[in-house]
Amino acid sequence: MDTQTSAQVGTNSKSLNPIQLRDQLEQLARGAGINQWDLGASCSTDTSVQVDRGEAKQMKGAQRSAITVRVWNGDGLVGVTSTSDLSGPGLAKALEGARDASAFGNADETPAFSPLATAPLATLEQPIHQPQSILDLLATLKDAERQLLDRHQAIGTVPYNGLAQRSSERLYLNSDGACRHQQLTTASIYLYARAEETGRKPRSGGAVRLAYGASDLDIAGCIDEAAERTISHLDYAPIDTGHYTCVFSPEAFLDLVGAFSSLFNARAILDGVSLSSRESLGQQLAAPFLSIHDNGLNPGNVGASAFDGEGTPTKPLALLEGGVIQHFLHSEATARAFGVSPTGHAGMGSKVSVGPDWFEISATPGSDGGQQGLNHLGEGSPLVLIESLSALHAGVKASQGSFSLPFDGWLIQNGQRRSIEAATVAGDIRTLLKGLVGFEGAAKVTPDGLCPHVWVDGLSITGEA
Amino acid sequence: MVLSPLAGGFDTTWRSRLESLLSSGRGSGADLVEVFLERTDHIGLLAEQDTITSVSPAFGMGAGIRVFRGDRDGFVSTNDLSDAGLLHALEQALGMLGLAPTASAVASFEGLMDLRDFGASKTDWLQRCPEIQEATGTLLEGTAALERHGHHLQARRGSYARDWQEVLVAASDGTFARDIRLHQSLGLNVLAADGDHRAGLGRRYGTSGRPDDLRQWDADGSAQEVCSSAGTMLYADYVEAGQMPAVLANRFGGVIFHEACGHLLETTQVERGTTPFADKVGDLIAHEAVTAIDEGLSDGAFGSLCMDDEGMEPQRTVLIENGVLKRFLSDRAGELRTGHARTGSGRRQGHSFAAASRMRNTFIAAGPHSPDELIASVDQGLYCKSMGGGSVGPTGQFNFAVEEGYLIENGKLTKPVKGATLIGEAKEVMPRISMCANDLELAAGFCGSVSGSIFVTVGQPHIKVDSITVGGR
Repeated sequence: MDTQTSAQVGTNSKSLNPIQLRDQLEQLARGAGINQWDLGASCSTDTSVQVDRGEAKQMKGAQRSAITVRVWNGDGLVGVTSTSDLSGPGLAKALEGARDASAFGNADETPAFSPLATAPLATLEQPIHQPQSILDLLATLKDAERQLLDRHQAIGTVPYNGLAQRSSERLYLNSDGACRHQQLTTASIYLYARAEETGRKPRSGGAVRLAYGASDLDIAGCIDEAAERTISHLDYAPIDTGHYTCVFSPEAFLDLVGAFSSLFNARAILDGVSLSSRESLGQQLAAPFLSIHDNGLNPGNVGASAFDGEGTPTKPLALLEGGVIQHFLHSEATARAFGVSPTGHAGMGSKVSVGPDWFEISATPGSDGGQQGLNHLGEGSPLVLIESLSALHAGVKASQGSFSLPFDGWLIQNGQRRSIEAATVAGDIRTLLKGLVGFEGAAKVTPDGLCPHVWVDGLSITGEA
Repeated sequence: MVLSPLAGGFDTTWRSRLESLLSSGRGSGADLVEVFLERTDHIGLLAEQDTITSVSPAFGMGAGIRVFRGDRDGFVSTNDLSDAGLLHALEQALGMLGLAPTASAVASFEGLMDLRDFGASKTDWLQRCPEIQEATGTLLEGTAALERHGHHLQARRGSYARDWQEVLVAASDGTFARDIRLHQSLGLNVLAADGDHRAGLGRRYGTSGRPDDLRQWDADGSAQEVCSSAGTMLYADYVEAGQMPAVLANRFGGVIFHEACGHLLETTQVERGTTPFADKVGDLIAHEAVTAIDEGLSDGAFGSLCMDDEGMEPQRTVLIENGVLKRFLSDRAGELRTGHARTGSGRRQGHSFAAASRMRNTFIAAGPHSPDELIASVDQGLYCKSMGGGSVGPTGQFNFAVEEGYLIENGKLTKPVKGATLIGEAKEVMPRISMCANDLELAAGFCGSVSGSIFVTVGQPHIKVDSITVGGR
């Protein structure tokens, strides 16, 4: 059995017992005449608090458990069922449901076990923390809220806030003997403040921090960033509609790349909904100095998974080097269709989804790295600094390549910055990637990846009149 | 491992179990204890081109226990419906408020009222729904119709989801109610591609409480509608950004009112201090042409309910009447914390969320004009035939993609345009809705917010906004 960590999670958690679960499933499968099956399971214990002007707004706890079981029938077709009932009868019902569903399995593309489901896993440094009491979490968040409110008289509330901790386990088993097990603790805090000055529109800004336990959260940093992002936007002005050179913050650029990750997604390519095709490998997608890697194992990726939904180990993967597409993200089935190995990016289901883990964006070693010495606070033409993008679920047409997204940011001219009242940025992702000017500053670790500031020419900005 | 007490569903044995739990909570000093029990049975189907590529059944169960003391509350959810599991969850919720079970009861519990069973006539709903074989056949009819009616289609997808839910709500104020809900939705999506031209479009249809709904679906008509839009938008030019009048079509056009204004009329926003309308009841907040309603009563509508997730029967709530703000949508916590009376709007995705004030079927009422009159009144502007998704920021700015748009020139629709985004703020845009047409229609949707993703209906007649910011290239 591959176990990522050995420490036991919080005393209130419902633990998964891989051996017992496997034995139970083997017995049930034998009784039902099922020879091939696999299972993904998870359980977690969460506690979280929200506050409102010094008072507890809501305190929540949750114990969750879920399994997804797949079975292969006599014709080799696959069926799947999910349930939150991990009891014996619950497992039996799930197995029966999966067998029934297998009658409708897709004969044109049948998933198989990942050939890497028993391959060695990377060792992740993920310390297990004991949970704090919810009243301690409450006291911490109240204090953080008070500190943020005290930063500026215009900050009247912190309407969106939360401090949460989770103890969780994941499991992957299959009838060929694969047994993956991972335990994890994580914690998060988010603070989104609202500020308003007389006669002016309200402004908001926020920050998030993640860690392996509540005691490790950078709460002071979260308060500082939330305060800075809120206060700095109080003095705003409208922006004229037009085309501008834009500088994306690391967070904003990672959001954009993530929204268009179907460019690298073999599942989307096979389904005909990606801008890429099988023939795109080796083709120039972006400026010749852009590298994009997917690396869920980066130590900056808090809460990384050691294996994907099919038990394939997580590993680094070069998606783009020198602007040229190198590899795609794969599940077992897509990898088989492309004649390569699974890359550790699969979910689990009758049709297995594929998705990225954590991006590393940088200049390609050996390339010129694009324009050098970029400094958005230097002298020169007007620039738009895009701090954060919103509404990605609605404003991105991944299969068409277009985006139109509201953002928070600044208009910068001759080193002076002024917050933009409200605006959207629009463009085409392929044009944007080919039109990169260069990078500014050191790469920053964010919850979604690693990236420096990124300069792009000629994007369309619409200001709200 | 969790015990499975679910054989037989939520039968009469639950009364004594729940009374014991509620009594324990009240005895510990809680003002009010509420237990929400849930069983779910879901199936999702996906057809791509002419093949069924995914059949995904899922079963679920769980409980959410909420404890109030003063205006504070603690909430715990669990998948463990055994007596021990529920008691553990209750103790956790009590502990959040500094309470603990005691030998001598602090407060008494009078017992549950007679069960109000809204689900009694619905026990056969699940069995009356189409079996997988029939549902997959219907979906494939849909994707085949897309092939017949479409041009340059690179991908054709049909999806079907059936969500069955049994809920039982019990609270220490005596509330005891059960319901069975059934929601079915169908979607058709295409991606058309010709050289560098691409257009992705889709439509979703949904109903509640109609087991036979899939059998009534006009697959051919739906496919024609999707393909017609995709064919039009495939070669459309990008719209130029600017400030202009806009006419928004009926049905899903109502998503803007839902997102930009409706959420601001929920007491959760009053509690947070994030609505500009908190102290505006009785004030003119919209153009006098605007009357807006939220209700849970329309037969078969996606957001209709027999009871909300706090056991209260839904109402027809007039939010805005002739431009004047009349009421907020409120749930139990909203009533407690803001003073706005409950409206049967306490809703949640499932047991792992505490209920919150949420919309149901929300729409702008019909006006006196024909849709053509609205278009004829615009010299230069944008006609938004179909809206995509959107969002509202924490300070009220909204942003919505226009899926299918046309220029209006000299009172007539001219060329199709793509890439348009409507941008604004509810407080500023509501007074600019100057004309409402007489063709109110509703559309099914999903709304994600503080208590999870729920089934809702949006709607409106054609409306005219005198001036709005249009984002483009």
